Amino acid sequence: MKRHLVSAADLTRDDALLILDTAEELAQLSGRAVKKLPTLRGRTVVNLFFEDSTRTKTSFEVAEKRLSADVINFSAKGSSVSKGESLKDTALTLQAMGADAVVIRHHASGAPARLAQSDWLHGSVINAGDGTHEHPTQALLDAFTMRRHLNPGASGNALRQGLDGRRVTIVGDVLHSRVARSNVHLLTTLGAQVTFVAPPTLLPIGIENWPCEISYDLESVLPKSDAVMMLRVQRERMNAAFFPTEREYSRRYGLDGTRMAQLPEHAIVMHPGPMVRGMEITAEVADSPRCTVVEQVANGVSIRMAVLYLLLGGAVFADGPADTPRTDSVETAQ
Amino acid sequence: MTTYLIRNAQITGGAPQDLHLADGVIKAIGTDLAVEADIEIDATGLIVLPGLVDLHTHLREPGREDAETVLTGTQAAAMGGFTAVHAMANTTPVADTAGVVEQVWRLGQEAGYCDVQPVGAVTVGLEGKKLAELGAMHESAANVRVFSDDGKCVDDAVLMRRALEYVKAFDGVVAQHAQEPRLTEGAQMNEGQVSGELGLGGWPAVAEEAIIARDVLLAAHVGSRLHVCHVSTAGSVEIIRWAKAKGWDVTAEVTPHHLLLTDELVRSYDPVYKVNPPLRTAEDVQALRKALADGTIDAVATDHAPHPAEDKDCEWAAAAMGMVGLETALSVVQQTMVDTGLLNWEGVADRMSRRPARIGRLAGHGRPVSVGEPANLVLFDPAYRGAVNPESFATRSRNTPYRGLDLPGRVHATFLRGRATVLAGELAEQGGEE
Repeated sequence: MKRHLVSAADLTRDDALLILDTAEELAQLSGRAVKKLPTLRGRTVVNLFFEDSTRTKTSFEVAEKRLSADVINFSAKGSSVSKGESLKDTALTLQAMGADAVVIRHHASGAPARLAQSDWLHGSVINAGDGTHEHPTQALLDAFTMRRHLNPGASGNALRQGLDGRRVTIVGDVLHSRVARSNVHLLTTLGAQVTFVAPPTLLPIGIENWPCEISYDLESVLPKSDAVMMLRVQRERMNAAFFPTEREYSRRYGLDGTRMAQLPEHAIVMHPGPMVRGMEITAEVADSPRCTVVEQVANGVSIRMAVLYLLLGGAVFADGPADTPRTDSVETAQ
Repeated sequence: MTTYLIRNAQITGGAPQDLHLADGVIKAIGTDLAVEADIEIDATGLIVLPGLVDLHTHLREPGREDAETVLTGTQAAAMGGFTAVHAMANTTPVADTAGVVEQVWRLGQEAGYCDVQPVGAVTVGLEGKKLAELGAMHESAANVRVFSDDGKCVDDAVLMRRALEYVKAFDGVVAQHAQEPRLTEGAQMNEGQVSGELGLGGWPAVAEEAIIARDVLLAAHVGSRLHVCHVSTAGSVEIIRWAKAKGWDVTAEVTPHHLLLTDELVRSYDPVYKVNPPLRTAEDVQALRKALADGTIDAVATDHAPHPAEDKDCEWAAAAMGMVGLETALSVVQQTMVDTGLLNWEGVADRMSRRPARIGRLAGHGRPVSVGEPANLVLFDPAYRGAVNPESFATRSRNTPYRGLDLPGRVHATFLRGRATVLAGELAEQGGEE
């Protein structure tokens, strides 16, 4: 694995499986009374959030604390960043404070890539969502959730397995979605077939060259789907003429009970949250047992623990040089 | 005044000849000239071109002297082989009055490295609402003939029509920055495969092409001259080719970076590649080279856009748009046009000196290299190969996309009316106009 996690496209199939399998092991912790591991004791992880994100930030924070890391929350709001401090100076500050890893959420696409490529800081950079680019840990937790549900046998038997041949339908605002971009990379790497369903206005130019299929017709795709992932659609989009009205969007691309009934029996309904009930998903679907939203949140903690564990090398490599790529931790984790 | 004897130079790539420069003009050309001169230059292997003319330079003064001044900008121009540059109007304050254009013109005179021809803003404050006093800027000491809101598009069709008509009275030209504003709201890079993958706001080619199409029709309708700034797409080339075939008075420029670089570079998210108009695709690059070769595009213009380090040392969306280009322009043209066989040195002289001087109506520039003409010349060594080192630039800024890249050719000397502004690859001290 690389030293950073900036894009799901950087993950090989082996990398991805290693993270998923490690997450399975770590997930067993959450059933225990004492959920903490000493793995990252003495290591400093900074959560650098330039954008409000309660759920992702909390998820990372829980993951970091369960691994016993020293956690620093650096919120752009109310800090010097809001007074005009540059990303560079913020990074230099964190470097000076000895950050071993920086989890960054930024409104600008590519900000984590800039941090990772710069010599501003030397710790691992973990992308927690950048603009409309990527959100790799979300894709990992989605894949983790799919693997648990769609692979025969219980979680324990799913180790080392990908999602080969599984058909995943992702519905909604692909154009503005970092979740969609990370998922298409990761799911393809794991062998799944991805179909995007959206109004043509919400698909990026050039998507015909992505490793996925495109449809404008949700109902024709549902019967062939093993998982359907509904993306959040912001109401403001209709003001920029991406679609005429909220109701028309719901009618054409929303998932309601009738449409859910067209899914194969084993299929699951996913959503990265936050859901806009009544827009892309009805309450009936959101609250149904097929909907994995809450489970995805729980899985997010395990995935983020696995990513931190692997990138920071775990206890075994705690004294190692900070800059060595830790491909050797592959064996350790298994 | 120092006199020069240049030995064995190839005039626009021709057979080696000697040139004698004195009294600001080319006194004699011939083989084995038997004349005395203060300084003799062995120019064996060097090409002589008429001094280059840039239709599109941002000198940043007044207002952003931290990025560039007229002095440092014209020093960079001289190092690049330029003897005249058109200074764009988007300074602070905007060059939309006779006072500001005269100030910029005077600063150029005082610096003495390169003629500075200020461009006047088309509209007050570049706001696209109300015509600036175009006549007053023309009548000022700066004698403005090129007007542009560059950086912004004159998107109001009526205002554009009136500007085109109005400047006819003094043989002016409107240089349009073609960018439909609504189609480029939040735009960060060329809209295409790469923007979709990177999640960066797309800047569609049609936003440029739609404005050019409208403007050539407007220019034809009112019988005016139109110049199109920094053409960047294959579609724009087609429209301009069509307009020229109609016999309409339309000219166009292309930047060196659009002749060489593509949007694939944006994958690094390094804002040094952020520029307006954005880097396009390889197909666009090929179309632009072809159009420059066949004359559909008239001129190479640098769009030299210096920015201080902090405006590029940040995330992509927060970064300023633009790249410096004066000191690398001729090398990039050699690499993309000459070394590829698309253009010979005569052609380079035409696209980088003669035609831009004609578009800007600059007397004394873009003249033939012949006896009696003003000695505005550049001596260029096309055999040189070396990595671009921004730390050695004369410009105050370092935002070049070519850092570390091996580019061919190097300016050996530049002469402005017979005075060396660059000699042996080094800036020559100037004391202003004599």
